[in-house]
Amino acid sequence: MANTYTHSVTLDSDLCRGCINCIKRCPTNAIRVRDGKATIMADRCIDCGECIRVCPHHAKKAVYNVLDDYRHFKHLVALPAPSLYAQFNNLHETETVLAGLLDIGFDSFFEVAKAAELITDATRKMIDTLPKPVISSACPAVVRLIKVRFPQLIDHVLPLVSPMELAARLAKEEVIKETGLAEEEIGCIFISPCPAKITSINNPIGTRKSSVDGAVAMKDIYPLLLDSMKHPTQTVEASAGRIGISWASGGGEGSGLLTVENYLACDGIENVMGVLNDLEDGKFQNLDFAELNACPGGCVGGVLTVENPFIAKTKLKALRKYMPVSMNTIGKEVPQNMLMDKELVYNPVFELKGDRMERFQKYSAIEHLMGELPGLDCGFCGAPSCRAFANDVIRGYAKKEDCAVMSGRISD
Amino acid sequence: MEAIKFEYTVSGDDFTSAGQASTDLKRKLKVMGVDSKSLRNINIALYEGEINLAIHAGGGDITVLVYPEKVEMYLDDEGPGIENIELALTEGYSGASDAVRSLGFGAGMGLPNMKKYADEFYIESEVGKGTHIKMVVYLQ
Repeated sequence: MANTYTHSVTLDSDLCRGCINCIKRCPTNAIRVRDGKATIMADRCIDCGECIRVCPHHAKKAVYNVLDDYRHFKHLVALPAPSLYAQFNNLHETETVLAGLLDIGFDSFFEVAKAAELITDATRKMIDTLPKPVISSACPAVVRLIKVRFPQLIDHVLPLVSPMELAARLAKEEVIKETGLAEEEIGCIFISPCPAKITSINNPIGTRKSSVDGAVAMKDIYPLLLDSMKHPTQTVEASAGRIGISWASGGGEGSGLLTVENYLACDGIENVMGVLNDLEDGKFQNLDFAELNACPGGCVGGVLTVENPFIAKTKLKALRKYMPVSMNTIGKEVPQNMLMDKELVYNPVFELKGDRMERFQKYSAIEHLMGELPGLDCGFCGAPSCRAFANDVIRGYAKKEDCAVMSGRISD
Repeated sequence: MEAIKFEYTVSGDDFTSAGQASTDLKRKLKVMGVDSKSLRNINIALYEGEINLAIHAGGGDITVLVYPEKVEMYLDDEGPGIENIELALTEGYSGASDAVRSLGFGAGMGLPNMKKYADEFYIESEVGKGTHIKMVVYLQ
């Protein structure tokens, strides 16, 4: 299977014990245990990070760089995700964090929360021209899930780039104007709560090339920031309000739309799949907007964060209490640089291949094999369920003898 | 060509389980690569049928036969039967109770939608004996 897709979620095979925790939890059935080690099927992985969350041996990892990898840029811009502000105790203003970013080596910052407020405003202005319900494009794991599992919903994805992407685009314009540097001399580094967003830098969704140049994990930056925030040497001004900050937790994007009353906010990948299923069946009437986040609690629940998502949410509430509602709006028209410039395309990785008759025969063979399999979903074969195993056998990825019960190695 | 057969039982007591057969069938047909338009038609027709079995018939059986070119769905119950089939097929006519309506069902679109979304629709019903429905959707 030729595939150039590089994922942020990977396996440290030295640590992998070949247990079945990750294969059971993966929402797209993308993991198999082969020869005692987990392997990820690249074309199915949506980088949601569930396997990282569940692996008891810490063998599943997100691949990312450290700040020092980016020192070759002449000007480093920090792009802090809104969830970053929710990681600290007794934080009274976001400026403390932003000043800290400068003190740890960034030359400037551009708040992703600011870009989020622009996207909120753009969504408000274009929502009535789009097929309803409009589905948020902010969570890359959700958009990837739609691309592989819910082809009928692709047209419903908000055709705007993510706040991260927009922040990088705007930051570059700003820095070029101020410093006269060339675009390639400027490094926009995202401070990420999750692997999915890191993957979408190298494999952008809805855009040909990402303007983000790299990412660091929130949990790696956290200790550096904590230190620098104790003795700030710079004075800065924040430029995002409540709405932008609120994107960090589930429901923030939807409620920020204000004028859109019928919205749904859902988080956690299993819940999201349930909602997408119902949306696909047309079971929600009169729904305008769906905010779907793969992580429990929203971005504050990302696997690269430090704080428990529910505590983070409470901290966020306290932080935003005396903030202006919003500090950013677009003009009448949605600017071109906010729009996706590459079509989202269905990637039918779960469908059987071949003409109608071939697909029918293969599917018939799967059902036939299902009748023979024990139905224990024991995971001994390395597949998450008997059904997934039957699919693998018919597609040629596994052999019938791999079933320990059928081959008599363990008793039913 | 031997059909692939799926059987489901819809309970008359557990209303919350209605809708599971159509969801399960959709998942399976997706793997088979059934086109999205046919998938939607099958899903809606069967979902409406399931809801009817649960709220009107006191439960029933669903048999689905999948062929390379079509999907046949059989819904059989031993419920109260339908007195006036023509009336029941009228959009907006509903025999649902207030309790069922309060859940958002009973809009009188069940049978009309089944007929609309299926390419072929056959119904036989006898009061006191039950109802038998056959729906066929041709795959594109």
